[in-house]
Amino acid sequence: MSQFLQVFLSGLATGSIYALVAIGFTLLWQAAQTVNFAQGEFVVVPAFFVLVGLHVLHLPLWAAVALALVLSLLVLGYLFKKLVVGPILPAGGISLIIATMALGILLKESIKEFYGAEAQPFPALVPQDPLNLFGAVVSMQDIMNLLISLGIVVLLTQFLNRTRTGRCMQATAQNPAVAEILGVDVKRMVLYAFLVNAALAALASFLITPVYLAKFSNGETLGVIAFIAAIVGGFNQIRGALAGGLLIGVLDNLTATYVTAEYRAALPLVLLIAIILLRPQGLLGTSEGRTV
Amino acid sequence: MTITTWSRHLLIGLMLVAAILAPVGQGNYITYVLTSWLIFSIAAMGLNLTLGYAGQVSLAQASFMAIGAYSTALLTLAGWHWMLAMPVGLVLCFVVGLVLGYPALRVQGHFLAFVTLAFNTLVFLVLRNEDWLTGGNYGLMGMPRPDFGIFKTMRQVDFYYFTLVVTVAAALVMWAIVRSPWGRAFKALRENPIRAESLGVDTRRITLLAFAIGSAYGGLAGALVTSLVQFIEPGSFSLVHSLRILLMVVVGGAGFFFGPFVGAAVVILLPEVLRFTEGYYLIIYSALVIVMLAFVPNGLLGIGAVLRERFWPSRQRADMAQGAKLK
Repeated sequence: MSQFLQVFLSGLATGSIYALVAIGFTLLWQAAQTVNFAQGEFVVVPAFFVLVGLHVLHLPLWAAVALALVLSLLVLGYLFKKLVVGPILPAGGISLIIATMALGILLKESIKEFYGAEAQPFPALVPQDPLNLFGAVVSMQDIMNLLISLGIVVLLTQFLNRTRTGRCMQATAQNPAVAEILGVDVKRMVLYAFLVNAALAALASFLITPVYLAKFSNGETLGVIAFIAAIVGGFNQIRGALAGGLLIGVLDNLTATYVTAEYRAALPLVLLIAIILLRPQGLLGTSEGRTV
Repeated sequence: MTITTWSRHLLIGLMLVAAILAPVGQGNYITYVLTSWLIFSIAAMGLNLTLGYAGQVSLAQASFMAIGAYSTALLTLAGWHWMLAMPVGLVLCFVVGLVLGYPALRVQGHFLAFVTLAFNTLVFLVLRNEDWLTGGNYGLMGMPRPDFGIFKTMRQVDFYYFTLVVTVAAALVMWAIVRSPWGRAFKALRENPIRAESLGVDTRRITLLAFAIGSAYGGLAGALVTSLVQFIEPGSFSLVHSLRILLMVVVGGAGFFFGPFVGAAVVILLPEVLRFTEGYYLIIYSALVIVMLAFVPNGLLGIGAVLRERFWPSRQRADMAQGAKLK
């Protein structure tokens, strides 16, 4: 039982970080019909911004993290929107999918060439002491990761539902033409969605990198898992992406411990195929009447 | 025959002559690169049918190469002749492709991309974990090359010519498919599925066929890879390679008959050209792809159309233009 609790909690902690990435993913989809295949790399890049701040510019940790956040907003938010999505979106979905894949390769290889191919240790932002909880040994880090990610999700939901800007963003996602008629600055709202995505990716990066070390190729699995979480939960819902992320994190850990470690990576994929075929709108999603 | 068909025939003839002369006087390595260009052209040709003509995204072409490669490898290792083993792989890919086509009946676009992506990874995991059949991470090696008595393909250059013959045959079959009623139905499916259905095209059957035939081409490419490299392992058929094949189709020009050949040439040969840039090769390459997608979304073969549209814009009746947008 204590082992189960341990596995369950650490799965929940990783799952909550997946959820952050997945939420960014769904935001981009809603705001700009962009399926970002480079999302995994987006979670790796901010960690290396921090490392550059620490080891090249010799900044203190907090300054390095702040710098990384600003750089992420600039590069992964603004420049991504202006240089990649903006020019290519009119050419159609498939072109954009391929462009983001190419961007993923570009980011990954740039990290490898300009920083290094080895896994880099990354300073933990939260205490790592083990914690005894009902007989299970849980790391403080897991609990903090879970709490911080859930806190971010709550803040984001509040922002989207309670503030004027947030509601304008929702209106843009639902119907850009009508939103424009009602006086919403649609272009600005789309840009906000890209910035929020970049911020979420950066936060996820700061939380997950101490667990996995910083390595240029981490993005491959992260990206796929974020897509799967987004689709499983429901592509058009923030709470769907949250549920999907938590579900995948827990299931992944449970399978690896109790069923098969060899086919661990297969479980989310099978789940994905089953969900797409049986309930394409996702577990919590609502049908959009689009050609899904 | 009109002048344009004449010039086209001339061009195809010249390309064939170039393909025949290409390995003359070259070392083994260059011949090897040229052979893998032909093989990937076949795989990309299959994906071009699925994506370019029928409009169905697939990120699983490498897994069909894997199915073709492993089945051919296992059978040739068991003593079968390549010419007998290859069709088995083809049929297997056709059937699996038919099954993979079923999700496409329900989902489209990026959802389909994810299903096929998941399929590719599942095939990779099976290849890696089922050691008793596939040799696991170590893969299979020592597969014999096809041997036709007087024409043995053990020399690299001989195998190149063998691959060239297979490629030309595959291209002719593809030409026939694209020009057949099926080919028209594929295009109709891509342009407007609902209109295609209302005009009597059985879209279910056509979607499945687009996947199955495209997959069989992947299987053929896999069967050739087995003989070319004589060593196969799961890593050669991972998702990255599906992406590479997709890139070939898009870079060459999806929906153009010769697109896959151009695309495969760019993807396979560019590393050789950009070798002097060493580690920066992939960075430069992916940046080029993004730039290309921004300016010529139809691929390299689409450059002509873009230029023509810029300098001699075509006139279209406004009502026709509106009608084309109706869904």
